[in-house]
Amino acid sequence: MKKSTLFDIISPVMIGPSSSHTAGAVRLGILARNIYKNTPKKVIFKLYNSYAHTGKGHGTEKGLLAGVLGLSVDDRRIKNIFDSDIAKQIEYEFQYADNFKYHPNAVDMTFIGENNMFISGESVGAGEIAIRKINDFNVKLTGKYNTLLIVYKDLPGMISKVSSILQHHNINIASLLCDRNAKGQEASMIISVDGNISPEIVDMVEEISDVYFVSYIEKLEN
Amino acid sequence: MDTSISTFEQLKDICISKDKKIYEVAQENMAKDADISVEEVRAFTNKSLFAMKEAIQSGLNSKELSLSGMCGQDCYKLQNRFKTDMAMFGKTFEKVLVYALATSEENIRMGKIVACPTAGSCGILPSALVAVSQDYNYSEREQINALITAGEIGRIISNKVSLAGAVAGCQAECGVASAMTAAAICQLKGGNISQVLNAAALAMKNLLGLSCDPVAGLVEVPCVKRNPFMAIHAITAVEMALAGIESKIPLDEVIDAMEQTGALMSPTLKESSQAGLATTRTALEVQKKVFGN
Repeated sequence: MKKSTLFDIISPVMIGPSSSHTAGAVRLGILARNIYKNTPKKVIFKLYNSYAHTGKGHGTEKGLLAGVLGLSVDDRRIKNIFDSDIAKQIEYEFQYADNFKYHPNAVDMTFIGENNMFISGESVGAGEIAIRKINDFNVKLTGKYNTLLIVYKDLPGMISKVSSILQHHNINIASLLCDRNAKGQEASMIISVDGNISPEIVDMVEEISDVYFVSYIEKLEN
Repeated sequence: MDTSISTFEQLKDICISKDKKIYEVAQENMAKDADISVEEVRAFTNKSLFAMKEAIQSGLNSKELSLSGMCGQDCYKLQNRFKTDMAMFGKTFEKVLVYALATSEENIRMGKIVACPTAGSCGILPSALVAVSQDYNYSEREQINALITAGEIGRIISNKVSLAGAVAGCQAECGVASAMTAAAICQLKGGNISQVLNAAALAMKNLLGLSCDPVAGLVEVPCVKRNPFMAIHAITAVEMALAGIESKIPLDEVIDAMEQTGALMSPTLKESSQAGLATTRTALEVQKKVFGN
């Protein structure tokens, strides 16, 4: 596990009242937005457990929406986001549920637009978050690293094709996580790296045969 | 070679052998870890310091209630009283109380604060740091030194114990904030390395076992009013440490005790609102009023 730094202790500058229920909610929204890329027509937020029960008192709904709209954790507009003009860009809906299989602070976000996407995440404490599911794939995205998400056909040698491109450009892989629906079916690869990946490199990965979809997800600011 | 410092004993040894202050060692290590310059570390710290002062100013001028309606006007009440009736312990004492409430109330009305180390404990360090710096003329440079010192204390603690009420209770949030504050103010007042660590140990030691039992699960009761208490608690520790009074239990061992205490505490008292203040008759009535369940 990554250890806390001096900066973690004396920051973030954030809109209150809760690092997990407010700042964490904003960060989940931002990371989901970074994954989805486009501006959605509509987002359905389904809040679970503690998020569902105490969210209102913590501005959790406001935080999630603000994040999806691209506001940062210290943006004063979060407080009145429902009345602001930027919130009129999209439709949104909040649902609430209890499910003990979910983390106490969990949310499902369904993006509806040119393409639809299901993103599920959790706020794990002190503003730290993790996206745990994108569509059918299990993932773990914490927003701490720039990350490449690749959906491809489950075939031998796919990991090495991707990693050799990264190696060729002197990019160090910090972590690698793969998942698949079934043998020979759709699979996913989540590669977190040190530093940046340029659009040219993303294009090269996209051109590998049997790669269906590539998304470069930028890390969250501190 | 792994040069990271994970205990206060290591920190003390390095400070003494290199004849450096805690903040000097901490800012150099942070710069090395993040691959940035020491000036950038100080600039980042200054940004937090600036945001802390901004939060105090906003808080002093607001009477807006929190989302639940439970809190938001205590800072106003306190300022009003001090206009005609000075605090028994003087002007700086007044400022610390008022600044701590100002910041904590900003937090619960969705204002902009600095989580230091957490949002619920955001009023503790800024109130003491800013009040003491104003009244005793400490420069911005000295304030940054103090804030980095506090950050290093918090960093070492957090790498042993998670600073989350759900894991170790409020001792790990407001308690750690108070220990960090003691270290910061002791640094400001020119305390040596032993005095700084003793100040933190004395503050921490006297908050072991502090439960996290917020009413209706909100960061309001008892959190908001706990902040001024904790700031004054920290200053008490500083006054003793500067006199050469030592914590008989070294800070590393106090943190071990804190971790053990946190593990032994019932989950009902760790941010789950299933016991303590959260399940009193009045708390349950408030919960019903706010959430309807």
